[in-house]
Amino acid sequence: MALDRNADDPRPYIERARPTHPSLIDSEHVLADLYHIINVPTVIWIDEGGRMVRPNDSQFGTDTFVQFHGKRSAPFLAAVRAWVREGRGVVPADQMRPQQLLPSPESQLARAEFTLAWHLHRAGRTQAAERHFLRAGELAPHDWTIRRGSMPIRGINPMGPEFFKLYEEWKAAGAPGYPVRPLEES
Amino acid sequence: MASWTLIDETRETRVEAETAGGTPLLSPAAVRAAFDFELKPEGLCKGDICFPVRDRSALARAGGIDLGAFAELLGRPLAMDTEERVAVLGASPTERAERLASLQAPDFTLPDLAGKLHSLSEQRGKKVLLIAYASW
Repeated sequence: MALDRNADDPRPYIERARPTHPSLIDSEHVLADLYHIINVPTVIWIDEGGRMVRPNDSQFGTDTFVQFHGKRSAPFLAAVRAWVREGRGVVPADQMRPQQLLPSPESQLARAEFTLAWHLHRAGRTQAAERHFLRAGELAPHDWTIRRGSMPIRGINPMGPEFFKLYEEWKAAGAPGYPVRPLEES
Repeated sequence: MASWTLIDETRETRVEAETAGGTPLLSPAAVRAAFDFELKPEGLCKGDICFPVRDRSALARAGGIDLGAFAELLGRPLAMDTEERVAVLGASPTERAERLASLQAPDFTLPDLAGKLHSLSEQRGKKVLLIAYASW
């Protein structure tokens, strides 16, 4: 699920990968709202009955950006294979709750502000949109889907100085993320 | 009266409304059109579900239903731009949190590159690795 402003931004990656599974576009951040996704990539394991068996976690399919996040892809990929083949690695239902990040009034208001900003931007009201993108970021300062996800919309390079500023701010705050226990402990 | 755009999560409706104190005052028809809610003697109702209204005078003022009071009563966030006359009623944090805590994966329907819609529920019977990513 690409949390991108349109289908064209992720299109080259999808076309190159030619996935056999559904590969979807979420320009309205529907998924971010439903699953309280605050960063990408976020992975969630769902079993055959539609139940979540590992909550939101930041995991990576490659080692391209390992110097930024320090997480190697190999343990994750091995864990996914073990889950698919042998059903290993699931979090027991009674241990899920403390490992889930749940939305708060502030985080949901931030999402509403983001939706408002996105609507205004598409209506050509870019100055008004900017007010609400900024407000959304103030309400959810460590939500990358809002702060970095809005950069391409606002004409800011998401790989440029603004990204590094955000990255340093996030690290200084203790790199807040999902409270899921590391894969190695499951 | 002026035209307001009301957005209920992602659904957009245009209505005519007076603005008082920065907030639109909505007619019963506008509330029904935008949010499927109706103010009844038993409370603020959507279908069979009614929210009790403690202070009716704060919700229904002279010119109509106050959108700010409406959002507060439902426990839903309201993002609003009075100058642009656009308001977004977001999803309730309590409802979202309870749904996630139930561990049942919320269903959704989204398009692929060709615009074809897919739902999570179509994958029932298979394990699903749900990955949110982005080009940024």
